[in-house]
Amino acid sequence: MNKSVPSQYVIETEAITKIYGSGNTEVVAMRDASMQVEPGKVVALLGPSGSGKSTFLTAVGLINPPTSGRIIIQGKPILDGKNALVNLRSFRRQHIGFVFQKSNLIPFLSAIENVQVAMEINGLSPPAARKRAQELLDYLGVGDRANNSPSMLSGGQQQRVAVARALANHPSVILADEPTAALDSHRGRQVMELFAQVAHEQGAGVIVVTHDHRSLDIFDILYEMEDGILQKKTRETIS
Amino acid sequence: MNLAAKDIRYNLGRFTLATVGVGMLLMVVMGMGGIYRGIMEDAILLVDRVEVDLWIVQKNTRGPFAEVSRVPTNLVFRSLAVPGVLTAREFVYHTIQREQNGRPLRISVLGLSWPTDKGEWLPLSAGRPLTQNHYEMIADETLKLALGEKIKLGKETYTVVGTTKNMINSTGDGIAFFTVADAQAIQFDVPGESTRLERAARYGRGERSDIGSNQPSLLDNAEKSSAELPTLPLPQISAVMVTVSPAVDVSQVAKIISGWGDVSVYTSDGQRELLLKGMVEKVRKQIGLFRILLTVIAAIIMGLILYTMTLDKIHSIALLKLMGAPNYVILGLIMQQALMLGALGLVVAYSVGSKVFPLFPRRVILTQYDLIQLAVIVLVISITSSLLGIWKALKVSPNEALS
Repeated sequence: MNKSVPSQYVIETEAITKIYGSGNTEVVAMRDASMQVEPGKVVALLGPSGSGKSTFLTAVGLINPPTSGRIIIQGKPILDGKNALVNLRSFRRQHIGFVFQKSNLIPFLSAIENVQVAMEINGLSPPAARKRAQELLDYLGVGDRANNSPSMLSGGQQQRVAVARALANHPSVILADEPTAALDSHRGRQVMELFAQVAHEQGAGVIVVTHDHRSLDIFDILYEMEDGILQKKTRETIS
Repeated sequence: MNLAAKDIRYNLGRFTLATVGVGMLLMVVMGMGGIYRGIMEDAILLVDRVEVDLWIVQKNTRGPFAEVSRVPTNLVFRSLAVPGVLTAREFVYHTIQREQNGRPLRISVLGLSWPTDKGEWLPLSAGRPLTQNHYEMIADETLKLALGEKIKLGKETYTVVGTTKNMINSTGDGIAFFTVADAQAIQFDVPGESTRLERAARYGRGERSDIGSNQPSLLDNAEKSSAELPTLPLPQISAVMVTVSPAVDVSQVAKIISGWGDVSVYTSDGQRELLLKGMVEKVRKQIGLFRILLTVIAAIIMGLILYTMTLDKIHSIALLKLMGAPNYVILGLIMQQALMLGALGLVVAYSVGSKVFPLFPRRVILTQYDLIQLAVIVLVISITSSLLGIWKALKVSPNEALS
């Protein structure tokens, strides 16, 4: 039943619902949210604050399992409601990259070490991890700041390092929660373009939670979440 | 990549301070162990150094160290008459307190049986053994008497001709070695006025008795010195030390002597037991219990330090979990820091302790066994004290990285 089946989607969610609390205190944060993302596609997830965007993202990121519904990644069922069908932490390590609103770098590691550690915990040898970390930083234009600690980097540079870390293990899924919120519009657009580039070049499925409507032209698919309801939109129908 | 080392490098100042703090605490634990060992070793030091087989002391006493013992001098000759006895020597031992250069000076006076024993067996740090029957002494360095220094004890002045290192009694007072005659002179010294009063009293008692009237020569003798009166006993000694011929069973000789009605006999092991079980037992237990208490306190403080260190990087730990880091990575991060804190603390404790302990008034002995034991204790408390931090780290949700 849980066997992988060939799928054209890298990410599939089937009617996932998240309910917090119970009885009188029950809150439905997300209801029957379904989404399909093909490899190489960049999805924008829009919606007002508190609409359930982050709940959806953390569910797909296997951090906060849904109350019901299924999550399938690369054709493999991963979560059936709250039931994990694989080792979530291990799966997350190998297949999912995260980028957050704030760069969320580990303060006691340098830029290159922040990228390197993601690969080392995935079993890559330290020299190989360091080599690839440097390549990623170079690719993202921050190679010259490799040995700087996060506190010595600007917000944009930190976010690029965070993107490098998200890409480190060749993930099939990249999840970004308002990655440009702390950046100016120019830097923000650069980061969004970077996601699109990575998705297209590496065939990953990328979901980006954003409020920034100025960069919508970069995304292949648009979804909007309102009051826990997920709906597919077009540029014309987006509110 | 060693995350523990990276975190320590990032928070070097704080970790150094924590290490020094833990090190100082471990130094106290180490010091208590050293004091405990010092008390034990000091208690039996003299018995070990003297190297005799049997100690003959006053009947039913635990002398000469654990309590006062008085035996007659002629016990030496009685002992020599026992088959199998190789040597028998007088042993005089008592503690006095005098004032020297305005400071109190406690001396354990020990009499050497001149001329058979001149103190050649003593571990001299300077000078020489005794070369004459009177007015020379060998003093332990803790008495702070310099070579050649003269000290007046009783009516006589004694010259320090040699010094020893670590020759102290069970209470930590330095031992000074004299001939038996000098040791007795110091022990039984009374002021001239007391002697004159005693002689007058003796004469008065003679005058009041019939014997004094009938034998006038008795009254003449009454005013003479005690040593000249055959009816008065000579000053007594503390014990007799006996060595037994190599081919003879010590227990057999002890059995013969213990049959005498006026003395008790102990082997050297028996003396050691008397000293350890009797004299220092309570101190030993007290220090041992205090050491356990300090070890528990060290474990609690280390636990709090490691817990605080874990709380400080809880966001990074959540982030690592979010990235999919297995539990052993998180566990290793905290455990390695705990072990580094413990190991470096131990180094600090030993380094500082080695400099500080020699300044203590009593000996603090750090044996290899005790250091290894402490290292094992530190290993155990490092692991146990990290458990709280590990529990907190394993409990944290990856969600916290998003907050």
